[in-house]
Amino acid sequence: MEISDMIKPENLVYGKPALLTDNVMHYCPGCSHGTVHKLIAEVIEDMGIQDKTIGISPVGCSVFAYNYIDIDWQEAAHGRAPALATATKRLCPDKYVFTYQGDGDLASIGTAEIIHACSRGENIVVIFINNGIYGMTGGQMAPTTLLGMKTSTTPYGRDAKLNGFPLKITEMLAALDGTAYISRQSVHTAAAARKAKNAIRKGFEYSSKGVGLSFIEIVSTCNSGWKLSPVEANKWMVEHMFAKYPVGDIKDVLK
Amino acid sequence: MAFKGTIVIDKQRCKGCSVCIENCPNKCISLSKGVNSKGYRYAELSSDGCIGCASCAIVCPDSVISVYRVKI
Ligand SMILES: Cc1ncc(C[n+]2csc(CCOP(=O)(O)OP(=O)(O)O)c2C)c(N)n1
Ligand code: SF4
Ligand code: SF4
Ligand code: SF4
Ligand SMILES: [Mg+2]
Repeated sequence: MEISDMIKPENLVYGKPALLTDNVMHYCPGCSHGTVHKLIAEVIEDMGIQDKTIGISPVGCSVFAYNYIDIDWQEAAHGRAPALATATKRLCPDKYVFTYQGDGDLASIGTAEIIHACSRGENIVVIFINNGIYGMTGGQMAPTTLLGMKTSTTPYGRDAKLNGFPLKITEMLAALDGTAYISRQSVHTAAAARKAKNAIRKGFEYSSKGVGLSFIEIVSTCNSGWKLSPVEANKWMVEHMFAKYPVGDIKDVLK
Repeated sequence: MAFKGTIVIDKQRCKGCSVCIENCPNKCISLSKGVNSKGYRYAELSSDGCIGCASCAIVCPDSVISVYRVKI
């Protein structure tokens, strides 16, 4: 069969989800943010909840997330997305409300907001993009930066004596009674992305069951900040990030 | 049952990150010699071994790959 005979609508098995807008993403080539956006769009589309979903975008590279997924959005001040999501969900309990936050946003300036939203057991979903760095502002150290990892503020590598230890905030949040489902995933291969999508879907489903907060960390890359090519960054992530941030489900109250 | 597939890449929106190339089980994709209007070398289907598995498209951060598949 000729290639031109295959390219017909009835043979299409995978394409851009309709919920992703036609705007060209501002992310660097190969950035994990784009892949995670797509998975969220697919979940919302599969569940048919486009008109019932409200996203809260952060400060960080994903500040413009609202330009890419065609749903209602609010843009929070730095780190405050869980507080805004709390208000949104309480005022509109029949909506699906999720935050999308980087590790600087969630685990540094927004530590108080995420801990208390988890402790209160808000029925929201949190998507946590852990790329171990402040991508947007030029690659400074984040709480999640690995020991020995070079950033613009740890040019000789993160040193525990000087800079403290990497923060495993996801495990901390799992210890709180208000969290229902906690999972850590990645999107560097098709198999990993499928698992991440399932975890995101579970989070959305749980948020409508009133069982508490669902938190999905995506171990991600910031190839620009890490100063590696996108393919090298994915390899570096598997070799180094997964040792500190192992993937898999961490907590599931309905299991 | 065997499948034959093909992909269509929106070359003007491709950023040449090569994540798709790394993820293709049959090594069917490579970067173009020339560049697109943004200056990126873009991904191209470069062999006829495509089985339409969609691995490349799933990991594409810019969602620029469409996958077609037929049973043979
Ligand atoms: C109140 C306030 N403090 C500091 C900043 C500067 N700032 C912007 S983004 C950012 C960190 C972003 O890092 P992260 O959340 O990890 O997102 P990434 O860009 O890595 O996806 C900082 C410190 C700001 N915009 N507002
Ligand atoms: S700076 Fe890093 S996180 Fe930001 S878009 Fe570029 S690769 Fe992605
Ligand atoms: S993954 Fe997407 S953006 Fe990256 S090279 Fe392949 S087609 Fe282009
Ligand atoms: S659909 Fe599968 S076989 Fe075809 S180019 Fe993409 S990854 Fe390779
Ligand atoms: Mg970050």
